[in-house]
Amino acid sequence: MTTNILISGFGGQGVLFTGKFLAYEGLIEEKEVTWLPSYGPEMRGGTCNCAVIISDDPIGSPLVTAPNVLIAMNTPSVDKFAGAVTPGGMLFYDSSLIDEKIEREDIKAFGVPATQMAADAGFPTLANMIVLGKLMKETGMFAPETIDKTLEKVVSARKRDLLELNKTAIKMGMEL
Amino acid sequence: MADKVLMKGNEALAEAAIMAGCRHYFGYPITPQTEVAAYLAKRMPKVGGTFLQAESEIAAINMVIGVASAGKRVMTSSSSPGISLKSEGLSYLAGCDLPALVVNVQRGGPGLGGIQPSQSDYFHATRGAGHGDFHMLVLAPASVQEMASLVFKGFDLADKYRMTTMILADGTIGQMMEPVSLDMGEVISYDKPWAVTGTGGKRTHNIVNSLSLLPEELEQWNIARYERYAQIEKDEVQYESFMTEDADIVCVAFGVAARVAKNAIVAARAKGIKAGLIRPITLWPFPKAALKKAAEKAKAFVSVELSMGQMIEDVELAIRCSRPVLLCSRVGGMIPTPEEVLSKIEEAQNAGRCE
Repeated sequence: MTTNILISGFGGQGVLFTGKFLAYEGLIEEKEVTWLPSYGPEMRGGTCNCAVIISDDPIGSPLVTAPNVLIAMNTPSVDKFAGAVTPGGMLFYDSSLIDEKIEREDIKAFGVPATQMAADAGFPTLANMIVLGKLMKETGMFAPETIDKTLEKVVSARKRDLLELNKTAIKMGMEL
Repeated sequence: MADKVLMKGNEALAEAAIMAGCRHYFGYPITPQTEVAAYLAKRMPKVGGTFLQAESEIAAINMVIGVASAGKRVMTSSSSPGISLKSEGLSYLAGCDLPALVVNVQRGGPGLGGIQPSQSDYFHATRGAGHGDFHMLVLAPASVQEMASLVFKGFDLADKYRMTTMILADGTIGQMMEPVSLDMGEVISYDKPWAVTGTGGKRTHNIVNSLSLLPEELEQWNIARYERYAQIEKDEVQYESFMTEDADIVCVAFGVAARVAKNAIVAARAKGIKAGLIRPITLWPFPKAALKKAAEKAKAFVSVELSMGQMIEDVELAIRCSRPVLLCSRVGGMIPTPEEVLSKIEEAQNAGRCE
């Protein structure tokens, strides 16, 4: 079983961090994982994306052109990648930033008003973790009890004060 | 699995250099290898080493020559345009028979090119790294684990043969994260009686030099060097075989291209095409014997590269052009998709039939 995940949004929305979280979840659950960022000038304020592959088998190409799971944090991401999701795949999107209707009927689309929820909860930078919580619930990819362990690994020492808020944000997403 | 950590290729490479005993790094920033310098800027002072951002790539490679002359393990890293600037120094390192490790995390060229992944410095690394008759040991990692293990191995080979080892990576392998084990084993240390470390008034001076105005002497230096190269071609070839035992179509690819080729090969097998992969880990020395042997059974070859077709020449030479060799390539920072490689494998299946 191989899951090809693409996460896309503006620089600053935690796109790369979300990918890192998923990759560490995979590592902790003893799967094969790869994490590949888009790198270059587009990262400075523009759109950025990262590809995460989680598999039971060794991973060949680390590129994701046809994701089973897409996280879209802004409208350009939906425009660019929603069409590439494999039939039967899943799309998680921030419905407080994305107004447009998701045209695909052969995929499961989950709108999460994450930016609004995060702002209301007082941690406006953690919208990505709310979407992540929803993803964890709907895909059932990872055991919820691994979340704390993974966060310990991926939240840097510099941002230790945000550890508990990250847990709260993921929980909010999982309860949706 | 418990001892594995997630790291970027560039960072794993840098940490492995420290584990290999490298305490001197000279560099200059350039995408997509800047993480190497950033990581070592933090780590080197903590292990009593030297991190120095030089005023240019040319300055950095000449600092490498200095440290290598003193017999210490030393590294520099850059990406394609910066490696061109270092080329003069690479020739001097060879002429002086100095061990050093040079990393090229390739990007699209020529000229300033782009910043996305490429493998178009294959000719430069394996043939023309500078003027004069010389080779570098060229190692091509295809995973973050190999970014670490080949750097560790590369320092050892450099010391063993008094040569430059080049790590020929690409932007993808440098930027991606994968689980990596940093259990590298023991560092082997080599006696370096030739190093310029001060005589202590007890011996004659050592001289590190590439200049000889006596043709007879310079010829002998070259011949001695090539005797070492012949030994390396015998002893140090490394490659990976993937599903080649019964393969009709053999793909040849290194680095990220090899990973894409593996996906295509699995897809080809599912369609009933017997495809396989030979992945050179050492680009010089090139795994000629393995390819020649594969040609006994294979009908055709596919060279998968992020260049306009550079390694394909070595594939054709290795098999003495005895089978058709097709090229599957994307350039300029583009990477072929598994579907593109698969369709080339199917084309090769037909080409092989015509022969």
